[in-house]
Amino acid sequence: MTFKTNWAEMVNPAVRDIPPSGIRRFFDLVTEVKDIISLGVGEPDFVTPWHIREACVYSLEKGYTMYTSNHGLLELREEISQDLSQTYQVSYDPRGEILITVGVSEGLDLAMRVLLCPGDEVLVPEPSYVSYAPLTVLAGGKPVYLKTSAENGFQLTADMVEKALTPRTKVILLGYPNNPTGATIDRKHLLNIAELATAHNLIVISDEIYDKLTYVGEHTCVSSLPGMRERTILLNGFSKSYAMTGWRVGYAAGNSDFIAAMTKIHQYSMLCAPITAQVAALEALRHGQSEMRKMIAQYGRRRRLVVDTIREIGLPCFEPRGAFYAFPDIRCTGLTSDEFALELLKEEKVLVVPGNAFGEQGEGFVRCAYAASVRDLMEAFKRIGNFVRRRTGRGKVLTFSFGKKEHKDDVIRKTV
Amino acid sequence: MKEILELLEADARLTPGQIAAILGKKEEDVAEIVKDLERKKIISGYFTLINWDKLGAEKVSALIEVKISPQRDVGFDAVAERIYRFPEVRSVKLVSGACDLVVMVEGRTMKEVAHFVSFKLASMEYVLSTATHFVLKTYKHHGTIVDDGEDDRRQVIVP
Ligand SMILES: Cc1ncc(COP(=O)(O)O)c(C=O)c1O
Repeated sequence: MTFKTNWAEMVNPAVRDIPPSGIRRFFDLVTEVKDIISLGVGEPDFVTPWHIREACVYSLEKGYTMYTSNHGLLELREEISQDLSQTYQVSYDPRGEILITVGVSEGLDLAMRVLLCPGDEVLVPEPSYVSYAPLTVLAGGKPVYLKTSAENGFQLTADMVEKALTPRTKVILLGYPNNPTGATIDRKHLLNIAELATAHNLIVISDEIYDKLTYVGEHTCVSSLPGMRERTILLNGFSKSYAMTGWRVGYAAGNSDFIAAMTKIHQYSMLCAPITAQVAALEALRHGQSEMRKMIAQYGRRRRLVVDTIREIGLPCFEPRGAFYAFPDIRCTGLTSDEFALELLKEEKVLVVPGNAFGEQGEGFVRCAYAASVRDLMEAFKRIGNFVRRRTGRGKVLTFSFGKKEHKDDVIRKTV
Repeated sequence: MKEILELLEADARLTPGQIAAILGKKEEDVAEIVKDLERKKIISGYFTLINWDKLGAEKVSALIEVKISPQRDVGFDAVAERIYRFPEVRSVKLVSGACDLVVMVEGRTMKEVAHFVSFKLASMEYVLSTATHFVLKTYKHHGTIVDDGEDDRRQVIVP
């Protein structure tokens, strides 16, 4: 007689109760459809610049295949420290205030685990990156959503923060420029939020992975604001700015006691970030600026193209100021985000991500990543235009004489 | 203007309308600027990069180092001009170093190219010597890697 283990029963309820990623569902569908154009990819369409890859190959030839210090290569921490002080005039001691992590993902997880006691509340803007809420929950915390909306440009204001405060509020999680909306946060709002954080003794976790991908205005590093260095855990990495998603390398910068606590978990669960990735990251910081700027210039051009085109199709679209996403409002089609994405995929073979994957506030929107070639973008939006026209029975036929802004207002009025 | 040139250099098939959308300009303005650049020969042509090897086409090219004695008043230019007027010559560059001109010649067969070099080029007045290197394989030209080794390998959906 054999006993079958009931594995479902073995799973920790805290893990079991986390809903599966809204994105995963699509993944299975997609494998069945051929020749799709995907605007669903949240990573650069560029391959890591060759000089970075070459530096990594060289390190392998030289035999750099060992563990590094738990904190990560000191040279890399020094270079990060210098980069932060040059870019944002905020200084971190490379010997105690910076930890090299396996991407921002690990940094986020560590920060949550170190900070949260059961029941502690984390203020999470919505819509936002898919892992914020689950990582909060896994660390025993409770996400409290700050609902931003298209009407106010997905801005997060101190007002919204204040209304959500309870005696259990411990952390504000900021992720700007934002995935999926492309919103940035204005310095004046940040200053107000910083004031609140100080008044209520809150910690800010700031995920600034898209900082370099800011097209309108300048990115404000949260820890560079008055008094904020003392209460901010700054997370950043190389995935987006240097097109290095698969390398898995990032960093956390903050108070030395806190970084030491994060390092405690990191040393047991991760030991260190891969040395090959660290060597590559070092090369990126030392010599990668010009290639990075070229990639960012390209995203910037596509951003204009995409936003103009979406509006010409007749979908209202908030102007993204950072990252590489546009987040059009699809409510005029009468479809939910899920229906829109599914039917668009089936009928036009274009993949977008339903907005509700990024929280309830994303319902009625879809995320279109413009980390794709201009040619693919043009074809994809032609198809989206056809789809929207069929669903609304109205709207303009896209003849691809796009860039003619005169029609825009007219079209929106007709279709909304 | 520089941005327009960069875009066209990467993709000559972009229409003024598309360029206008990418740069947030007016289509008419872009069309006018492009026309002007063409008039001024700043844009000196539009070409298609073709990998003839893949077609198995009979085509031979050679890189020829040419040493010449410069002429009074016109230096190397007069000889260069005589050379570049031949249609089988694809490119001519004046370079520093051991030789003076680097000439790219194309023909259908090796014999044809060799014939051109010995009967037209080497025997030309003021040409002192030539050294011919037949091209065996092209890895990269016009900033483009010939072998399309870096396809999009990303998963189709990523958070
Ligand atoms: C806002 C945000 N934070 C973090 C990450 C993950 O970054 P990393 O590759 O450094 O783990 C992503 C990736 O999509 C992201 O969009």
